[in-house]
Amino acid sequence: MSTNGTPLLEVTDLVKKFRARQSVLDRVTFRPAQHAVAVDGVSFSVKKGETLGLVGESGSGKTTVARTVMRLIDPDEGSITFDGVDVSGLSRSELQGVRRRMQMVFQDPYSSLNPRMKVGTAIAEPALVHGVVDKAAAPAHVKEMLELVGLPASAGERYPRQLSGGQRQRIAIARALSSRPTVLIADEPVSALDVSVQAQILNLLSRLLDELDLTMVFIAHQLSVVRHISNRVAIMYLGRIVETGPTDQVFDSPQHPYTKALLDSAPHPDPSRRHTRAAVRGDIPSPFDIPSGCRFRTRCAYAVERSETEDPVLQKVGTDHYAACHVLPFRDGAT
Amino acid sequence: MRDLVTVFPATRGAVVAANYVSFDLRPGETMGLVGESGSGKSVTCRSLLRLVPEPGEIINGSVVFEGKDILELSTRALRSLRGREISMIFQDPLASLNPVYTVGDQISEPLRIHRKMSRRQAREEAVNLLDRVGIPSSRRRLDAYPHELSGGMRQRVMIAIAISCRPKILLADEATTALDVTIQDQILALLLELQRENGMAILLVSHDLGVIAQSCDRVTVMYAGYVVEQASTSALFARPRHPYTVALLKALPELAAERADGRLVPIRGQPPDLATLPPGCPFAPRCEFAEAEDPSRREVSMLLEEVERGHLTACPFHAEVGL
Repeated sequence: MSTNGTPLLEVTDLVKKFRARQSVLDRVTFRPAQHAVAVDGVSFSVKKGETLGLVGESGSGKTTVARTVMRLIDPDEGSITFDGVDVSGLSRSELQGVRRRMQMVFQDPYSSLNPRMKVGTAIAEPALVHGVVDKAAAPAHVKEMLELVGLPASAGERYPRQLSGGQRQRIAIARALSSRPTVLIADEPVSALDVSVQAQILNLLSRLLDELDLTMVFIAHQLSVVRHISNRVAIMYLGRIVETGPTDQVFDSPQHPYTKALLDSAPHPDPSRRHTRAAVRGDIPSPFDIPSGCRFRTRCAYAVERSETEDPVLQKVGTDHYAACHVLPFRDGAT
Repeated sequence: MRDLVTVFPATRGAVVAANYVSFDLRPGETMGLVGESGSGKSVTCRSLLRLVPEPGEIINGSVVFEGKDILELSTRALRSLRGREISMIFQDPLASLNPVYTVGDQISEPLRIHRKMSRRQAREEAVNLLDRVGIPSSRRRLDAYPHELSGGMRQRVMIAIAISCRPKILLADEATTALDVTIQDQILALLLELQRENGMAILLVSHDLGVIAQSCDRVTVMYAGYVVEQASTSALFARPRHPYTVALLKALPELAAERADGRLVPIRGQPPDLATLPPGCPFAPRCEFAEAEDPSRREVSMLLEEVERGHLTACPFHAEVGL
């Protein structure tokens, strides 16, 4: 894996807030609108050929990051640089070129494919829109894409409902690759699939990354899946990256208490490694009401006085490994 | 449960969702029912309380609980059994809680019906139950509506309702699937803690082998409506004896990470179409052991054979099977 050179995708201090819907009463009394801070100052970079895994529970902001990077929604603050160009301020037409080279795969292949469109037409569409192929060359292009994802050419004549969930996800990947992108943003691409099919799709993605020299941002809540496919990971909690580093380092010696809690909570398929007590207490706070100081402190067994008053920043804890916590280095059992 | 058969009539012929399913649930134990979508695990679980959704129908078998066959009970007897002796929690607590009643009302209802408590007694007991399932400021929460609670809190309320009449059996159908991993961990720990306290048996239905490994004493593996393997949890994970179980374990990224090459081994092909199952073993089209030149290898009776004490498998080639 080539990890040198300049980053292909760089996100700096990204902020995205969502306004809560107001009732009529709130409006006539001029009550200020509430804001949910979905993404609160997120920075990361992805080098060419690298896969960055973005992990977090619901409300962590991982999907919002993906949608903002794709400019499906506009960021409130911060910049997104793709191949040296700042895309956060580009107009719709200027975005066209960027979109060709950056494509997205979604969680649910049932709703991301048009049910009335033949699979082949759906795959050809992005290539035609972006002028990668002309109409005459489209059938050959579709065949090539189907082959790439391990489906027979005859699948192009079918409708999504005639295919299984795994086959549909293959189609969604073929469609994403159709405009020959260099970056793939995959948002929970295997979460809706059964284990046996999930393994097929993960292996397919690994092969495609290699063959096509793709760069990927892989978003998921399942740690095991992220570990399997990523070179580097970023752990998100309530709109922030709390820890980031090379995959093996983060998983083998987690430095942030939240990362540790997440790893301990994940049910390991080995009955000899059981834990009987829950790894972390409490509920995930609402993004409308983010705790002061360290946002994990309300659930953290290691929180200190400073955690309540001071927002920790990412600091270096190893080679290319950063964590945002006041109690570093992390020691198991410390109180 | 003996020889349960539940079918769903369909235009292309009946779909057999549960095909001669048998297992025992012992007092105080946790039995895992594991399988992928379409395996029949949920239908089996619902059949236990005759809650099979229309147009499904139980056409064979018996479910004997304390000497009586639940499938033969009168509607009245069944009603007094549900929620009192055997209760159930589901994947989506928002769909199973009534949105227009407060949490307190909904916990009180079974207490007043089954345990004949007065309104006030039921309210006091509801506070105790909410405390028991770990809901903070429980007295205030009594007046909350389901939509005001988080997913984890709602599932705790469901559990409070389910254990309110001290059932002997708790059926949990993908009860933690919709929850975040840290919350799932809390809910599983809570269920096992309650079980240690009151000795109820739990039938835990899940697609997640991790959840099963972490919480069950014994496991029943289902595929396309059939039970393919049944064993103690430790035996099943250490030495699976059905090719499907082996394949499922090899497809897990957690276990792949522990193998030298770190490679995921997917199960080839697609999940079965229940309306067009092949004769013999439904897993045969995806199975490496059925692949051998000999076509008779596909003609399998699917009868369970005990290969070791308490370890059953439906595969006649179990001697060749292993991780």
